[in-house]
Amino acid sequence: MTAGGGEQSIAVRFFGSLREAAGEQTTVAASATVAALKAQLCQQLPAPAREAVFAPGVQIAVNQVLVADDAPVAPGDEVAFLPPVTGG
Amino acid sequence: MNAVAEVRIQREDFDLAAEWAACRRRSGGAAGAIVAFGGLVRDRASDDDVSGLYLEHYPGMTEASIERIIAQANSRWALLDVLVVHRVGELAPADQIVLVLVAASHRPDAFAAAEYLMDYLKTEAVFWKKERRRQGDVWVSATANDRLRQANWQR
Repeated sequence: MTAGGGEQSIAVRFFGSLREAAGEQTTVAASATVAALKAQLCQQLPAPAREAVFAPGVQIAVNQVLVADDAPVAPGDEVAFLPPVTGG
Repeated sequence: MNAVAEVRIQREDFDLAAEWAACRRRSGGAAGAIVAFGGLVRDRASDDDVSGLYLEHYPGMTEASIERIIAQANSRWALLDVLVVHRVGELAPADQIVLVLVAASHRPDAFAAAEYLMDYLKTEAVFWKKERRRQGDVWVSATANDRLRQANWQR
């Protein structure tokens, strides 16, 4: 996969503590899998945000469904990084 | 048979009496019991004063996570009507956070399902919660006790 701009990019959203650390949203160049997207994000984010986003317990959703690192991603997908959840 | 289920995520407060009356109407003559649970913002946590709570959600995914929990409850008990109202945004101590209403033909189903729904809302519903403590803001996660209560339903 080569890096592209515009329509070849994937939107990444952050929630809760990750939103505070990394901002609400960023874009990364098209990546084939979640693992490849994470590698790009790792280079893009400044150190403190990187530590928060890659902390243990953070789950990843593609189009609002929780997935593992080997899941495919495509341009236009919405990828979200979710810290541990709690409601009630 | 699946119960009529409704999930609402909102910033505004809710009115128990109005929700109760609507639940009664929806369940009709088949209902023998309604169990209501209301969750409130407590002013203490982890030995510190809490001046407020901030709740965040992921529109779409949050509703789906709660609908999944209700579907699981439906498969375990005979329920007629389930309502979950969950607030987001800034809340103050004593504010209402969550309302769970469960109507069933028989009391044991309604009691058990309401407890189950709350235990899973604590551990699996897609919300993030920040406590505004005297010593600073803290993002909180489900407690060990919350996880234990959820695990007990799986035995």
